[in-house]
Formats: sequence, structure tokens, C-alpha cells
Amino acid sequence: MNQPASAYFMDERKDPIETHTLSVLVQNEPGVLARVIGLFSGRGYNIESLTVSETEAQKHVSRITIVTTGTLAVIQQIKNQLDRMVPVYRVVDMTLSGRSIERELAMVKLRGVGEHRVEALRLAEAFRARVIDATIESFVFEITGNSAKINQFIDLMRPLGLVEVSRTGVAAIGRGPEGM
Amino acid sequence: MTTAASDSKSHDANQMTGAAMIVRAMIDHGVEHIFGYPGGSVLPIYDELFQNSEKLQHILVRHEQGAGHAAEGYARSTGKPGVVLVTSGPGATNMVTPLADALMDSIPIVCITGQVPTHLIGNDAFQECDTVGITRPCTKHNWLVRDIKDLARVLHEAFYVATSGRPGPVVVDVPKDVQFATGTYHPPRKSDVHVSYTPRLKGDAGQIRKAVALMANAKKPVIYSGGGVVNSGPEACKLLRELVEVTGFPITSTLMGLGAYPASGTNWLGMLGMHGTYEANMTMHDCDVMLCIGARFDDRITGRTDAFSPNSKKIHIDIDPSSINKNIRVDVPIIGDVGNVLGDMLAAFKAEAKKPDIKAWWQQVATWRGRNSLAYKKNNDVILPQYAIERLYAATRGRDTYITTEVGQHQMWAAQFYGFEEPNRWMTSGGLGTMGYGLPAALGVQVAHPDSLVVDIAGDASVQMTMQEMATAVQYELPIKIFILNNQYMGMVRQWQQLLHGNRLSHSYTEAMPDFVKLAEAYGGAGFRVTKPSDLDGAIQDMIKVKKPVLFDCRVASMENCFPMIPSGKAHNEMLLPSEANDEATAAAFAGGKALV
Ligand SMILES: Cc1cc2nc3c(=O)[nH]c(=O)nc-3n(C[C@H](O)[C@H](O)[C@H](O)COP(=O)(O)OP(=O)(O)OC[C@H]3O[C@@H](n4cnc5c(N)ncnc54)[C@H](O)[C@@H]3O)c2cc1C
Ligand SMILES: Cc1ncc(C[n+]2csc(CCOP(=O)(O)OP(=O)(O)O)c2C)c(N)n1
Repeated sequence: MNQPASAYFMDERKDPIETHTLSVLVQNEPGVLARVIGLFSGRGYNIESLTVSETEAQKHVSRITIVTTGTLAVIQQIKNQLDRMVPVYRVVDMTLSGRSIERELAMVKLRGVGEHRVEALRLAEAFRARVIDATIESFVFEITGNSAKINQFIDLMRPLGLVEVSRTGVAAIGRGPEGM
Repeated sequence: MTTAASDSKSHDANQMTGAAMIVRAMIDHGVEHIFGYPGGSVLPIYDELFQNSEKLQHILVRHEQGAGHAAEGYARSTGKPGVVLVTSGPGATNMVTPLADALMDSIPIVCITGQVPTHLIGNDAFQECDTVGITRPCTKHNWLVRDIKDLARVLHEAFYVATSGRPGPVVVDVPKDVQFATGTYHPPRKSDVHVSYTPRLKGDAGQIRKAVALMANAKKPVIYSGGGVVNSGPEACKLLRELVEVTGFPITSTLMGLGAYPASGTNWLGMLGMHGTYEANMTMHDCDVMLCIGARFDDRITGRTDAFSPNSKKIHIDIDPSSINKNIRVDVPIIGDVGNVLGDMLAAFKAEAKKPDIKAWWQQVATWRGRNSLAYKKNNDVILPQYAIERLYAATRGRDTYITTEVGQHQMWAAQFYGFEEPNRWMTSGGLGTMGYGLPAALGVQVAHPDSLVVDIAGDASVQMTMQEMATAVQYELPIKIFILNNQYMGMVRQWQQLLHGNRLSHSYTEAMPDFVKLAEAYGGAGFRVTKPSDLDGAIQDMIKVKKPVLFDCRVASMENCFPMIPSGKAHNEMLLPSEANDEATAAAFAGGKALV
């Protein structure tokens, strides 16, 4: 077998790919989001989902929730790279902590009449999705839950006249009395 | 409590324009020299410089890249931040290379860029570019200051961020209207740190104890030190030397760490890595305990990562958690400042351990040393580049000397053949490998150390990238010595083409070489040319004596190659020594295809 001619030629270690949710507290200064996103694109990391909003207005602190995939070593590197950025206060791996709740909100638009409408409404009820807009030939449902639940709901809606979906991406928080 | 009267007085004194604040902040941070180039969007700041020229000397370069590298040389040779001032648009984009260079090599730089007025930002105004966008990935941090109220704070933060933790370059982009606006300045205060940036300095005591236990029981230890020791400062270098003394361990260093431990020290193995010595690389490969201090397991060091020092327990001291486990898994990471951690480590070692008996290991090292991996064939007719550096070293070693380099074979030969006894005496572009770094860097060093001997060991191709800074050297009477190992080739490129691309020398020969002697004279400096080994010593003496910038055209053997060499992607124990580098061995060593890096 040919030896790889360079360290960069070698197959990456065949460690399993994992999905992790990271919560990142940042100083909400201009460009901070560009900085975080630039880190991911510049170093070739994946972003599955990213949400951001100011959470403590007086202190100008925002919370970014990132869902990313990679080997454990890559995910550790991502956390370290985030942590050393000047406007970053703290990075917590919600997946490693094992005690986090993750939620996403989706709005799902459906077009249809007759049987399909009735079926869609029945499923929506089962998923605790709310109707937030309706016309004679359409619905918009609002649904919250973890990503898997939302994926499942959308799959079910597809044959019933799914038009479009808008999702917020994942927000996460730890269980119990402690903050991050 | 101050009285209302004095309050309002100091209040008045602190009312000033943004441009004045910038100059004032520099003075307050102890800046004495600033490297720059004017343009429309920094004219208010230049106006302030004009009025403060006694407190703050501005060095006018000939290209903004030169300002950046000069500031890097200044910073690396003093331990203080280097400061740069450039205009918007092309001024800022010309700074990108030195910023990227400083980020890679952890050099503290504070760069002020002018920007078009805030109301024009985004309108494709004249000389507008997205400076913070362009420089975001090549700075440690950057700021666009849109409001005069933020300026003083941001300036102080900029100095703090550039110099604390792992040092690096920062950019403060200041629109022209903010330079004209009046606001309240406040001098730097202890509390002017960045709210969210708090690097860890002190190492974890438990980890340090684990490390000491490993060290105390080592049979085949090695210390692998790097640029982080130099970053940490003279005290850290002293502690490193003491640690070597107390443990008796052999020590090697990366290109960036040369001088932290003296080259004349008995435990010195020479540089490691792709062009490191046989003994350094074999010691790394076979060791059982590796103590990595402020180095980052770069690919020039590790070669094939899966074959890198396969049987050792690895301890890694680094201030930046992202350096740890990035390329190589380590067993005992210690996050903290080198000086801090070494202080604690030494105390723990002295209290809990005694010098392990590693006589057998030293015997092994001696046999590796016996291979004499830096040997080269002497020649009486042409100057060999290795010989030229040996002679330069012999002529300058007793003096107060600083060495910079360009990038290429000459850089590696400088690292191999020039012995560095002290830190901060060796300025080279390691991580980015920027040709054109050495001449302006020498200029910056000379500004900081006007009475010292400053020599740029250069290649004929590299030096032409920033040659125009000779004019700067002449203007400010900076007697830098540009010692060009002129082989007429981009030697390092040619070496790879010979070894890896079937000897097809595609565009690596410089057909039209300028007459460096005339060129020196045209700039108002002095030129020397030497072609015979027997003339070399005398010419070097003459070069040292001249109180002018010098271009020294040292004509060297044109086809000499740099060995030893670990072909990239090979392991430490697969290195190619000069004595073995005949065609067959070379072909075998490089079999397996083209190298990516
Ligand atoms: C043509 C060419 C060939 C080269 N060949 C070689 C070669 O053969 N051998 C070689 O060694 N290099 C070589 N290099 C250089 C190489 O590319 C790297 O620049 C170099 O090896 C990196 O050195 P370092 O690991 O010491 O890290 P540096 O880049 O100096 O990084 C310093 C490390 O220390 C940490 N640090 C900084 N400050 C502190 C502190 N206060 N406390 C604790 N930690 C701190 C940083 O976080 C970082 O991890 C070559 C370069 C070129 C251009
Ligand atoms: C700005 C830049 N462009 C290209 C390179 C790639 N490169 C590395 S070494 C080298 C040749 C350097 O030639 P020279 O300065 O003559 O030094 P020598 O190797 O002959 O000693 C080149 C082109 C680089 N390092 N930097």
C-alpha cells in the first residue's frame, strides 16, 4: 500500500461522528455572530442549526445555541476555538452535560380541502400543534418540541398538502436550578 | 473624593478629538515608535502625530506590509506590542499579510486603520473596504468604532487583548468623522480589561503534580519547547533553563523557540522538525516522557501524526486550550502561562522528586549526535550557504546581535548554523512563512535597538518582495545588514521540485537578478559582493563596520540543498541525512507521491 505522502493525506481517524448542542454566551458586540460563523466556515466545521438572541439586555449578553456534528476530538476543538474568542464568556456542551432540554419552534403551512384537512387537524392535535392561521383552503400550524418530533410532524404533513415550513432552530437550556 | 473644581479641570483636559485620543492612548501605553503610512482617512491622526513628534516617533515605511513586519520585529525583539497606523482601503488590505503572519506566530500588534466616515460606510465610498470583515480571520480581535464615546475604552482594550494571554494582532478601525469628533478620554485603568476575555495564567496544581510524577520516573525524557516560552518572557526562559538543570533532561526547540535555551548549553539537541537535527528528532521519536512547553505540535514538527513519538506520555503546557489535543493527543495538559506553570513545576519537582538517572538515555543520544547530521562538504572554490552562516556567526557571536530571516533554505540554514544564546534575538516568519518578512522586521528591530547589530539573513528572491524598505532604513539611519545568500534560485522551491516533482524546475530560477551592490548604492546604502570563500571573513568585518544599511550579495553555491529533511508525511525516524542524500536514497525517501504540504 502506498504511504500517504503527507500528514494531510491520511484518512482521518475513523472515530464515530456525533451531534452536539453547544450553548455559547457572548458579549453582544457588533460582528460577534459573523465571528462565530466565520470560525465554523474558516475551519471547516459543520453547523446543523444556529440560533441567537440577546438574553440579558442590560449586560449586552446574547446566547447562541449551535448544533454541530463531528468526531469527539473535533467537537472538543470547536469548543476550545469558541472559548478563546475575545467576546465569548462561556461555552457549555449541553449534550455532554446530559441534562438539557432542547426545543425548536416550527410554523408549517398546508394547503388542501376535504379529507386531508380533517386528517391534518387530527394529527396536529395529537402533536399539540396549534392553528395560528386558517383560510378555507389552508392552515398554518405552530408546533414546538425537539427536532425529532418536528421532523416527524413535517413528514406526516407532506402527503396532506405541505406548502412550506419555517423553523427557528434549536434552543437549549439545562435542567435543574443552576444556570450555565 | 476630588473636589468639583479639580474634577472639572481634569474633565476639560480629557476633552479631545478622536485623533488626539488615539495618539494620547498610545503615549499612555508607553508606545515610543509607530510604523505607518498616511492617507486621506488617517490625516487627522497624522496631524496629531505632527504635534506630538517628541513623545511618539513615527517611522514612515514605503509599503504598509513593511510597517506590519517592522512592528512584528519590534515586538518580538522587545516583548512590547508593535504599533501600526495605516489608511483605509488599500492601506488596510496591504496590512493583511503581516496581520496573518502575527496571528500565526503569536506576535502582539496594535494596528489602527482609518475608515471612511460612518455615514458613507456601505456606500462603496472612495477607498472604502470592509476592514473588520477582511481582517476578522487574521486578527485575534478587531473593532469598528462608530461612536467617539467608545473610542478610549476600545483603544485600551485593544492593547490589553493584543498583549495578554496568547498574544496576537488586533485592528481598531476608526472612521474619519470619529477622528474629528470630540469626546472624553480616560487614561488606561487596571479595570480596562475586556469583560469577556480572561485568559487562564495559573496551571492546575493537580495536573502539575501528575506531570512531575511522570518526569521523576522517566527513563527517556525530552523537553520540546517552543515560541510560547519566548512569548511568556525572560523570566520563563530563566525558569526553563533551571528546569533543564534540575532535571538533567535533553532539550530541543521549534524554530520559534530558538534562544530560550542557549545553543551552547550542554543539554541542547538543536532544532527539531522537518529540517531539525537527527538527534532532536530521534530523541522525540523514542522518548518515554515528552514535556512540551509552549509549542503547538505543528505539522513541520509531527510529520506523520500516527507515527509521532509513539511510545511516550505527553505533557503539554500551553496558555491556549485550543492548542491542546489539536494535532496530537496528550496525556497531561496544563493550561496556563509558561512562566507561571514552570515556577510551580520547579517547586513541585524540587520538593517531590529527584533527578532521575538517565545515563543510558544520554548514551543513546550521544550515538545519534555522532551521526553529525548537519555536516556538509567543505569547498574552497564556491561559498556554501552553510559556511557563510557559520562565518557570520563566528564574526557576530560576541556582539549584541539580532537576526531576522526571510523564508526559504537560508532561513533553515540560519536556524541550523547560527547559535542563539538568548531569547528575543531571533525573528523569523514560522507559521505563515512570509517571504519579505526579514528586511522590514530588521528595520523594526533596529528602531528598538539602535546600537545593536541587526542582520537579516536573506534569500535573493524573498528580499525582493520588500526591498523598497531600504529607503526607510536610509531615511532613519538604521544600519541594518541584509546578508543575502544569493543562489539565483528560489532554493526551497527548487529543492521540492528536485525531490518531489521529477526535477522539473518550473519557474524557480530568477533570470533577471538585480545588481544588489548598485541597488544598495541607489538607495543610499552600501553594497558588498563576495564570491570566494577566502574573501568572506574580511567582507563580513567590513559590513559590520559600515554605519549604513547594507545589501551584502553573498554568492553561494546555486544547487545546494537543505538537509537533514524529514520528507513531509514521514515519521521522525525516516529522516534523510545529507550524507545519505544521493539520488537513490532520495528517490526512495520521497517515493509514494507528491506531498501536499
Ligand atoms: C520553510 C519553513 C520550514 C520550517 N521548518 C521547521 C522545522 O524544521 N522545525 C520547526 O520547528 N519549525 C519549522 N518551521 C516553523 C513551523 O512552521 C512553525 O511555525 C513552528 O514549528 C511553530 O513553533 P511553535 O510550536 O513553537 O509554536 P508558536 O507558533 O510559537 O506558538 C506558540 C505556542 O505557545 C502558546 N503560548 C503563547 N504564549 C504562551 C504563554 N505565555 N504561556 C504558555 N503558552 C503560550 C501558544 O498558544 C502556541 O500554542 C518552518 C517554517 C518554514 C517557513
Ligand atoms: C509570499 C510568499 N510567496 C511564496 C512563498 C513560497 N516559497 C517558500 S520558499 C520560496 C523561495 C524562497 O527563495 P529565496 O528567498 O531565494 O530563498 P532560498 O530558498 O533560495 O534560500 C518560495 C517561493 C512564500 N513562502 N511566501
